[in-house]
Amino acid sequence: MAEETKTPSARVGSSGGESRPERSERPERSGPRGPRPGGGPGGPREGGRKYFRRKKVCKFCVEKIEAVNYKDVRLLAQFVAESGKITPRRLTGVCTPHQRRLSRAIKQARNIALLPFAGRAQ
Amino acid sequence: MNRNYELMFIVRPDMVDEDLNKLISTLESSVTTAGGTAKSEVWGKRRLAYRVGRFNDGIFVLMMIEATGAVVHEVERRLRVTEPVIKFLTVRTDEELKRLDKIKKIRDSKKKASATPAPVAAPVTPAAPEAGTETPASAPA
Repeated sequence: MAEETKTPSARVGSSGGESRPERSERPERSGPRGPRPGGGPGGPREGGRKYFRRKKVCKFCVEKIEAVNYKDVRLLAQFVAESGKITPRRLTGVCTPHQRRLSRAIKQARNIALLPFAGRAQ
Repeated sequence: MNRNYELMFIVRPDMVDEDLNKLISTLESSVTTAGGTAKSEVWGKRRLAYRVGRFNDGIFVLMMIEATGAVVHEVERRLRVTEPVIKFLTVRTDEELKRLDKIKKIRDSKKKASATPAPVAAPVTPAAPEAGTETPASAPA
């Protein structure tokens, strides 16, 4: 009884929020529709950016790490992608002077086999 | 002109401790005889990030050298001809150390500056009432 009353209401308000009873009728549509409202929890505005973006800060400035050394593999490994590439600044948020030092240190570490040139460390 | 260098080298993993110590001491003595100072530390066996020749591991040695460039050049030449050494890297560190010193000094002075105003400001406020009390005290006398 309850199901019968729900399905017509979903048909009438197809643009509205009651999409769950519709799922049984059109299974292909419910897939892409489901995650969309859940994807933008930070941005309730329609049409605007739907992702909440945290302000990126330079790790070295925040933690006051001045010496970026090639020997500190653990630190450097945080800024190297899985493929062995140096992660760009726009992804990590490191400031320009520190990225310069960081990239130099990573290159030195590669030369002495502390970090891989390509791929993961064995 | 003496400068600071960091010299890291990797020797093959099957090298005996005795031979390694001998190699390190010869390198150190070659630096000290030329008028420099050297201090070394052995990191021990580590896995290499990639295969070097046919080795997957190596014994890492770090050497801090304070000497002229010519001395370092000579040490590098020796490493090149020493067969068990599979890799080495020299980095000049004196400018970096200078920079770090400068930053440290600035930070320290900032700390002091933030610490000093409180004691300086404290005596000023009691000084004003004292001056005020002195004048009435002198007037009746």
